[in-house]
Amino acid sequence: MEVLFGTVKELVALAESQNKPISEIMIEQEMLITKRSREEIVAQMDNNLKVMESAVEKGLQGVQSTSGLTGGDAVLLQNYMKSGKSLSGDLILDAVSKAVATNEVNAAMGTICATPTAGAAGIVPGTLFAVKNKLNPTREQMINYLFTAGAFGFVVANNASISGAAGGCQAETGSAGSMAAAAIVEMAGGTPQQSAEAFSIVMKNMLGLVCDPVAGLVEVPCVKRNAMGAAKALVGADMALAGVVSRIPTDEVIEAMHRIGQSMPSALRETAKGGLAATPTGKALEAQIFGKDQSDRDAIHI
Amino acid sequence: MKFRSVFDIIGPVMIGPSSSHTAGAARIGRVARTLFGRQPEWARIHLYGSFAETYKGHGTDVAIIGGLLDYDTFDERIKTAFSDADKLGLTYEFIPEEEEADHPNTARIVIGDSQGVMELTGISIGGGTMEVVELNGFPLRLSGHYPALLVVHEDTSGVIASVSNAIASQGMNIAHMEVGRKEKGEMALMVIEVDQMINDQLIHELQSIAHVTQVATLAN
Repeated sequence: MEVLFGTVKELVALAESQNKPISEIMIEQEMLITKRSREEIVAQMDNNLKVMESAVEKGLQGVQSTSGLTGGDAVLLQNYMKSGKSLSGDLILDAVSKAVATNEVNAAMGTICATPTAGAAGIVPGTLFAVKNKLNPTREQMINYLFTAGAFGFVVANNASISGAAGGCQAETGSAGSMAAAAIVEMAGGTPQQSAEAFSIVMKNMLGLVCDPVAGLVEVPCVKRNAMGAAKALVGADMALAGVVSRIPTDEVIEAMHRIGQSMPSALRETAKGGLAATPTGKALEAQIFGKDQSDRDAIHI
Repeated sequence: MKFRSVFDIIGPVMIGPSSSHTAGAARIGRVARTLFGRQPEWARIHLYGSFAETYKGHGTDVAIIGGLLDYDTFDERIKTAFSDADKLGLTYEFIPEEEEADHPNTARIVIGDSQGVMELTGISIGGGTMEVVELNGFPLRLSGHYPALLVVHEDTSGVIASVSNAIASQGMNIAHMEVGRKEKGEMALMVIEVDQMINDQLIHELQSIAHVTQVATLAN
């Protein structure tokens, strides 16, 4: 299958040599691969954006999951912001609350758009809708944000992994946070290379993150990992826009993530057998939710 | 290249909570429905591995029933699929299996009505993407690297030629192709992997070919 880019290096080189944003290269590749028109492709992404908007709106009104493990934190965060006492700043907290809102809706079986997975679906929209208030983008720029995030995710998915079962949480919220950082940079007027730097800076701080969901549910600690993923994406984008560069090239950072994922024990890759899932409280919650005998989990040590 | 479209990354639009355990499960149910060609009257669903362990918490069960009712991954009705099935006359049973399958997220769906029975095994490989690995005892071998089509047809001369002509007329190239049948002159099937993404126009053209009974996209 013919593609325009398979690595971040190729993606950035194309964008810079043709003087186009990364989002445009992604749209052109999608037209090439799917043989669909630009209008159809942009319309589908616009629909995905609408789904993200509705999910955030719903989450900010307050939702609860069936298990009772998650819900309501997005509301707490918005109320705290309104109190004016926020220490980390309203833009970061707004992104965090909107990332949490999306994942709380996901946990409650609401409608979301996977970015790149359902478990990591909060970070890309959470940062987008927070940055929107500061940068006042057009609708087209918001849609392009998703294409830029998608371009970096495309490289990760094909050269490493976006699956927690294969690569741990670094592959899910790690990828999502890094993708979001790259997209924020483009929206803020940074260069394609600065998008790549932002991606690398965030991914380097996600390496090694394990997937250890309590009771195997996409709730604990997934919602809070989306919260922190959104915060890291914003800080990473600011660092790249300030001119900070990664000493390790982006494709090598992605390769490192892949190798770390391969050497991660299976107990830490979405089996609910290690990490937080294997803590006494994690196991007690599992027993409470599924009425399971806990003894079969006790034999497993990491 | 396993992930081909930007919408594999920014997408699918889906009912939560898990792209593999909910969206992928709904897609397995829906491809079974498509291949059966009508709403079944009953369903027996065997779950293996992680599906068997966590299906209740992830809504894997309602998602599969939703798929059998022809609901897409983003259809809000997935949440009411059980009561919808009761109203529409579909009875169902879930059987978590102890036995280990080759893939941790495996579902074997047996569906039927007064006119026939069909059995399909599907696996959910992440991000909402699924693959059908077995149909009515036929193992379907997909490399997973290309878009793939399944064509069920009557075992008679000329069908394979007509199908490959239809694919060629769309400017598409066949990467791999496998044909099989149970008994001479009865049901046969083709699994075709192509270099380009599969569009609705191709599906419609294939459906209109004489002796072709069902067409489904197995991977895109």
